[in-house]
Parts: sequence; structure tokens; C-alpha cells
Amino acid sequence: MTESVNELLDKMTRDCQSWFADNGIDNPQIIGIHTGGAWVAEALRKRLGIESPAGTLNITFYRDDYSRIGLHPQVSPSDIPFDIEGQHLLLVDDVLYTGRTIRAALNEIFDYGRPASVTLAVMIERDGRELPVAAQIIGTRLELENNQQVKITGPDPLEYNIETREASV
Amino acid sequence: MTITQHQAGPLPAKLQLREDGSLRHFLSIEGLPRQTLIDILDTAESFVSVHAQSVKKVPLLRGKTVVNLFFEPSTRTRTTFELAAKRLSADVLNLNIATSATTKGESLLDTLRNIEAMFCDMFIVRHADSGAAHFIARHVAPHIAVLNAGDGQHAHPTQGMLDVFTIRKHKGDFTRLKVAIVGDILHSRVARSQIHALNILNTNEVRVIAPKTLLPADVEKLGVHVYHDMNEGLKDVDVVIMLRLQRERMQNALLPSEHEFFQFYGLTNERLKLAREDAIVMHPGPANRGVEIASDVADGPQSVILEQVSNGIAVRMAIMSMVMGAQQ
Repeated sequence: MTESVNELLDKMTRDCQSWFADNGIDNPQIIGIHTGGAWVAEALRKRLGIESPAGTLNITFYRDDYSRIGLHPQVSPSDIPFDIEGQHLLLVDDVLYTGRTIRAALNEIFDYGRPASVTLAVMIERDGRELPVAAQIIGTRLELENNQQVKITGPDPLEYNIETREASV
Repeated sequence: MTITQHQAGPLPAKLQLREDGSLRHFLSIEGLPRQTLIDILDTAESFVSVHAQSVKKVPLLRGKTVVNLFFEPSTRTRTTFELAAKRLSADVLNLNIATSATTKGESLLDTLRNIEAMFCDMFIVRHADSGAAHFIARHVAPHIAVLNAGDGQHAHPTQGMLDVFTIRKHKGDFTRLKVAIVGDILHSRVARSQIHALNILNTNEVRVIAPKTLLPADVEKLGVHVYHDMNEGLKDVDVVIMLRLQRERMQNALLPSEHEFFQFYGLTNERLKLAREDAIVMHPGPANRGVEIASDVADGPQSVILEQVSNGIAVRMAIMSMVMGAQQ
């Protein structure tokens, strides 16, 4: 592992602050994607000194592979403890990979209301985008093989590991 | 075509489950594994948050067509199924068969084939004959899921699930609970489904309270304690479920009068004091006020009757999305 999670979070915090300043964003609200993204969101919220609690999105009902893999029964509900309408949102996820999760999250967000803007922050960006999705705030960029994946554990301590899948039969 | 108990046959869990154990149809609670029930309750829990969205819809069943096949009238059940399907973004077709094709001499199977030919994905079936939903599940095309919305005096499994969902929300752990089901057990498919659900979830004690004439002969086989005296049966229970007196299903003189029934088995505030102080009062509706439940109890602080109706939407969304997921 190259950089510690703390270093990544510190970099993201600095980048968020300058992004908000450059774009005239006051009082952003934070939403994390269940589960890893919610942990990163909470850590960022504390560092940014945002007082209102972070929202959590569970995008299970908006996924595009439901008809292939069905529902995972232990879905915990989305919880957005503020009115999204007209707010500047900081959407946080742990890893940006295909972009499908972000597509689903944006769809769900708009079912809660119309935000003024959405900024995407991810702790780790990796290759493999299947949709035109890009993050504004990035902790680090990893070059990974197809059979590798990032495993996030948390929330305390928040850590990530690179796992290599055995070749499937 | 009439459906006899024989044709309906026993009610195997395997008709309801796919080989990998996932839910394929939802016909009766009897015989389902505990984990399936818990999965339904957990999934329903997450659908409750959809009501908080300004757009009260999720796209899970987009492009699917759900048919409400009601051979028997119903308002609440059909409406909540319809709303659940719409909140999942499905298209909904309501067919009231009692007043439609079957009176023109079309057989049930012909009706089914015709609706199948309209590219539908799910049938919600209510029928006055026990076993009707099972019969349909056996004969539908393989891509169609069948949900039982009440068959004769046999089962009303989504009602049973929404009732245990409501109990779990208020009381948590079933293994510590005493639940009393009061009234017309004999005609109640709701009671049967509740009893199966409560027992599968390891409820500490399930009681039924009713006069002998309103109990099925084999009631004890269902795994319940039988009480004929309301004042005894209500002692220390955590949940009181009142059943509707099904006047329309009573062919013989099973009761002297409704007035007398209320005197012995009606739930009044006075009687409710026998239950635990924090007991909740439930009723599947529609309630006959002054027959099985006093108005001030139905509208009182311990009543969760309207909450049951709201929970019915989330539970039905959960079951619908579970049977439609991962079909291949």
C-alpha cells in the first residue's frame, strides 16, 4: 500500500475546500453511498467541519443488474436527513470503477429532489469506466488488473486492501 | 372448472422456491424457511424509506406488467398491491373476473392463457376457493410469478407477513412475545397465515381466543394454545390481534347474535387492561366496530391498525421484487 487512508482523506479535504471556493459553493451537504462511501463521507464531513449529518444512499433499488442478480435481502434503507431541493451536494463513494453505481445514485438523488449541484468525491479511482462518469475530487488513482479489486473495511479504522481474485473456472 | 382441495393438493414449499432457495411464487407461509421470512421482513424495512422520497417510486419493476386477478371483491388488499406495484414502477392491470369472462363460461385456464398472451409477468390472485393460487402457479408459463392475495379459508400470506412486520417493528424479538388472536378463527385465512408466520419466527406463545363454534376442528395442530375465555386469554399478552367476524361466510347459526359476541369476545378498553401495559392492538380490517372491537380501542393509543395498512405496501413491494429478481 502506498498512501495511508488518512493521507488520502487529507488530500480530498483540501481539494474539496478549493473546489467549493472556486465554484462559490456554500453549505454543501454530504451524501455517502452505502457502505464504504458512507464511511468515507462521514470522515470527510468531520474534516470539512460540516455540521449537518451526512446522508446515506442505498442504491440497491436503482441498480441496473437487478433482473440478473436479484435483490440482496439485507439492504439497509437510504437515509437523507435533509431536503435535497436546491442544495449543493457532495456525493461520496469509496471506489469509482464502472460508473454504474454513480449513475444509480444520481437517479435516486433526483427522486428525492432537484439539487443545485452534485460534486463527486471518491477515495480511489481506477480504470474500467463503462459510463461517462468522472469524479471532481479524487484521493488516489490506482492501476489495477481486471482480477484485482479494492476491498474497503471500516468504519474505524477505515482501511483499504487490494485483493486478487483466483482465476475463475 | 372448479378447483377442489384435491387438485390444489398439499402445499409444497418447493413450488414456491427456486432451486437456489430464492422465492419464485408466494402462495402460503406454511413450510417456508425462517430465513425466507426474515429476508422478506428485512427487504420490506428498506422499502419503507421510499415513502420519504418526493418521487415515491423506485425503478425495480420498470417494464414489468402486474395483473391483479381478483375473483373475489376486495378494496384494501387490491389497492395496496396496486400501489406497491406502481411504487416499483410496474404497469398494473386490474381484472375483476367475478363479473367478467368466467360468467361467460370461459374456464379458468382459458382466462389464464389469454392473460399470459398479453405478456404479463406477475399474477396477484384472490379467489374464494382454497388452493386457487397454487392451482394457477402450477399452470402458468415459467416466467410468471404468482402471489396469493387470499384463497378461500386457506391463506392470506402477504397479510400474515405485514402483521409480523408490524409486530417486529414494535416488539423486536419474537421469542419473548405472547400473541393472542381473537375471534372468528374458523373462517379466517388471515389467522392461519399469522399463526404459521409467528410459529416459524419462534414466537414464545401464540394463543387463539374464540368460542368453540368459531374454531376449526384441528386448531391445536397449528401450534397454538386455545382459550375460550377472553379474560383468561388476554392475560399478559404483548400483542392482541382482533379478527373480523366474517358474517358473509357464515352459513349456519354459529353465533347467537353479534351483540352477544361483543359481550364475550369484543375488545374493550376494560379488557385490554388485562394484556401487558405496552400491548399493541391489531386488526386486518375492515373492522366491525361494536362487534369485535370497540371504537375507542380501534382509535386508541395502543392501536396500530392504520400502521398495518402502510406497512402492507412495503411488505408487498418486498415480496414482489423478490419474486421478480434474478429470474434467469
